[in-house]
Order: sequence, then structure tokens, then C-alpha cells
Amino acid sequence: MGVEVRVEGLTKSFGSQLIWNDVTLTLPAGEVSVMLGPSGTGKSVFLKTLIGLIKPEKGHVWIEGVDIANCSEKQLYEIRKLFGVLFQDGAMFGSMDLYDNVAFPLREHTRKSESEIKQIVMDKMELVGLAGAENKLPGEISGGMRKRAGLARALVLDPEILLIDEPDSGLDPVRTAYINQLFIDLNAQIDATFLIVTHDINSTRTVPDNIGLLYHKHLAMFGPREMLLTSTEPVVAQFLNAQRVGPIGMSEEKDADELAAEADIEMPPLPPVPFQIEPSNGMPRRGQREPGAWCRENGVTPPPGSFEKAAATAVVGG
Amino acid sequence: MATNVITGPARVSGNLFAFMLDVLVALFKRPFQIREFLIQAWFIVKVTIIPTAFVSIPFGAVIALQVGGLIKQFGAQSFTGSAAVLAVVREAGPIACALLIAGAAGSAIAADFGARKIREELDAMMVLGIDPIQRLVVPRVLACMLVAVFLNGMVTIVGVAGGYVFNVILQDGTPGAYLSSFTALAQLPDMYQGMVKALVFGFIAAIVAAYKGMNAKGGPKGVGDAVNEAVVITFTLLFVVNFFISAIYIQLVPPKGM
Repeated sequence: MGVEVRVEGLTKSFGSQLIWNDVTLTLPAGEVSVMLGPSGTGKSVFLKTLIGLIKPEKGHVWIEGVDIANCSEKQLYEIRKLFGVLFQDGAMFGSMDLYDNVAFPLREHTRKSESEIKQIVMDKMELVGLAGAENKLPGEISGGMRKRAGLARALVLDPEILLIDEPDSGLDPVRTAYINQLFIDLNAQIDATFLIVTHDINSTRTVPDNIGLLYHKHLAMFGPREMLLTSTEPVVAQFLNAQRVGPIGMSEEKDADELAAEADIEMPPLPPVPFQIEPSNGMPRRGQREPGAWCRENGVTPPPGSFEKAAATAVVGG
Repeated sequence: MATNVITGPARVSGNLFAFMLDVLVALFKRPFQIREFLIQAWFIVKVTIIPTAFVSIPFGAVIALQVGGLIKQFGAQSFTGSAAVLAVVREAGPIACALLIAGAAGSAIAADFGARKIREELDAMMVLGIDPIQRLVVPRVLACMLVAVFLNGMVTIVGVAGGYVFNVILQDGTPGAYLSSFTALAQLPDMYQGMVKALVFGFIAAIVAAYKGMNAKGGPKGVGDAVNEAVVITFTLLFVVNFFISAIYIQLVPPKGM
């Protein structure tokens, strides 16, 4: 299962302000992809375009032969049933408690009995570690809990595509590590296509199969994790290693003077490529590849220390 | 897409009109959200009923005072009752009702939708395959219309009663004259007209409030702005619409001969 998402030449601007131009990429079916980018590069806008909440000026988003960017309202509502979406703040319905929130899609779209619904809701609540909090209102719980409740609601209809907006903002490092592990386990279990929007470098280095980087109003690079982690392309290397040296400045990109001043400074060497997180039950995922496989196939020598136990624990930290 | 003085308001009114058409289409989509409708109707009643009562007593009294004084100079005190009824039923009722629906119910709806919008609840709902217009806006619009009609009835009764009290106690009118002249000028179509007005006002107030709330942007400040704009736009629209309905009504229905 899992559905491929094919994005072709997507362009979006608000008024005269261009957000991004000509974004073309394919989210492979059943794989986990991460979309990265400096703040304000329209990552969330990209995510909303994929579900048809925002209409792009140009381009197509193909999912099972339907172009989400240009289809009718009716088709849109139909195709959205394939999606589970986790919004930044969870987007829980404030007037319902967590149980009703998670049960909402089931009650709307299925003819399941209340006892079946209860079974499913309790399963999902347990999965995200919220068992016992069913009767709390969204206003009474912390941001992290709202986020996990949002995830439970996104999972309840067994989505083919899971879009996740900044799962780690507002979460502590331990919860972030848990939620990252949860994504990998979920992917192994339901085989859905994942797209995670984030700017947490640690998660980016260890979770996905593919990484994309939005920068300066375009898609700088999209490809397998090892390709981006071993890339010496200045923008990619700077961002994935959280350095000040490189073309990205404090506000947008640096100007010519700043770049000229940095021209002689050499980019620091790339850190070792860590292991990818594996499903906790040891069963390989469909999108999973052997560590270093991409590097070997493409004749790239990974930085020294890559794919070694010590390097992995040093960077993963969880 | 630069917005200037002319295209800006034109775009907003165009979008508002398109939104209204969306709501009209969604009105006939099943399943009808009966539960939401009842909850909302009850909520609107709760926020409007007491202020409406308090507004309508002085409204009726003011009309009685003004008309009473004026009519005395013509020596036609016996018609005070009929003039008060005419004014309350035709204009004061629907206007007081419009103020309350826009100010209390409209602001509540706009604030609710604005908060939902910035918390991405509406997006989440659309992503879950549910149309917020059909699910949330339609029940509110219908609830607003229903409650507006009932409020209009209440304003009319309380206003006329207030007028009666002021006329009889403060202006030395006789109860018999006030009551017997009730139907001298006023006629049944006046009341129908008041009800139609209330219905239209309820519709407009709910549509504008929902539209403004659903298009709130820019965080919590955006919600405040949306509520403010919704109330101001609704007031303006309601008074203009009131004028047109009154003008049409006077053309269509001949005044009662004496």
C-alpha cells in the first residue's frame, strides 16, 4: 500500500511575493520523506498545497491519477480520505474532548458502531501514549499532548499518505526521539507514504528515506537521505549541519559582500552519516535500504566514521 | 494583485457574495446538521434574549414619548396607540432585532470561526473530508434566521407594552384609547414585513460574521479585527437593507384607509 505523490512544476505566490517556484519531486510510495528549509520558506504552504487547501498558480500534484491542484471540489473531498494530516498545533476541535476528536473522522466517514469506534480510538490513543486522557479538552493539555492527539486523529482512518507539520516543535528531545521512533514504527506497520516538514536537524539526519530542501524560493535538492547527507553543495551542507558558514544568512540569503568575505573560508568537513532509525520490532520497512547502499551504488565515499556504531549513537542521542 | 481603494472593497464584496452562494448551495446538502442547528439556536437565544428585552423597553417608550408629544399638538391623542404600534412593528422591532443579532450573535460567530481558523481547525476539518460551510456555517445561518424572527416578535410585544405603560402613566393617555386605536393604522402585512426583515437580517448577519471569521488571518489580532469588521459591516448592511425593504413595502402595500 502507500501511494505515490508526484509534484510537477508547482509554483505559488501570495500577491506579488513568490513563495516557491517550479518545485518538482516525487514522494515514493511507502517511504518516509522530510521537507526541510529555513524558517519562512513556505514549507507549511507546500504541505497545504499537497492537500489542496491552497491552490498553486502553476503545476500539478498527482495522486492516483487525480491532479489535486486542479480537480473539482468533489474529487478533492474524495481524495482527501487518503490523507492523514497532523497540523502544527494539532488543530484539535476545541469544543470536543480528545476522545470525540479522535472518533470524529470515524463517525463522519464510516458506519462503524460505537463499540467498534471505541476499540479503534483506544488503540490509537494508546499508540501515541495518551491512554487515560480521553476526556480532557484540548485547552486543558500541553502542546505536546495536543500534537500527539492530532497524530492519533490523523491515523484513525488508516491513511495512505501522512503529512506531518513540524512534529518536533514544542516537544522536548526525549519526546522527539519517541515520536521519531513512532513514525518509523508506523511506517513499518501501515506502509503509508510519509512527508514530515521540520527544521530539526537531528530528526532529519536519522528518520527519513528521502530529504528535500526548500531554499531561496525553489527546491534546492531532493533525494535519498545519504545523497543529501554526503552532499558538498554549500546550501545543503550548511543547513544539514546547522552552520553559519554558507550561503544562508540570518534573514534570507546572504548578500554578495558577505559571500565574498566568506569565499576563502572553507566549508567545515562533513560529519559522519548516522544510521537510520529502524523499526523497534526489527522487521524491515519497505522503503528501508542497507546503510551505505546509496553511497556504494553511486560511488560516493561517505565522510570518515559514517555508519559506525559510535557515530550513530553520538548523533542520534536516542 | 495589488489592492487599491477601488479593487479592494470590490474584491471583498465579490468574495462575500460568492461565499453567500456557497452557503445557499450547501443549504440543500444532506445530512442536515440538526444537532449543531439546535445547539447554535439555543446559544444565540442565550446571548441575545436579555439584551433584546432591555433594548426594546426604552425603544417603545421613546417612540411613545416622541409620537405622543407630536400627536397631542395635532389634537389626535386617541391615535397615539396606533402610531406607536405602527412604528414598533414596522421599524423599531426589526432594527432592534438587527442590532442584537449583529452585535451579540454575529460577534460570537465571527470570534468562534476566527479562533477555529487560526488554530487550523477549519483546515483540519476540510482535510478530514468535511465541508465547514455545510457542517458549521449552514446551521448557524439557519439558527440566526430562526432566532431573529422570534426576537422580532419579542421586541414588538415588549416595545408595544413599553409604549403602553409610558403613554398611559406618563402622558395621561387613556388605556381604552391606546388599545382601541391599535388597529387603526397598523395592519397584518406590517407584521409579515417585520418578520421578513428579521429573517433577512438574521441571514445577512450570520453570513457576514461567518465569512469574516473564516477569513481571519494573522494570529489572535486577526480574530479581533475579524470580529470588529464583521459587526461594522453587518450594521451598515442591515440599515441599508432595512431602508430598501421598507421602501419596497410602502410601494407594494397600500396604507390602511381610515
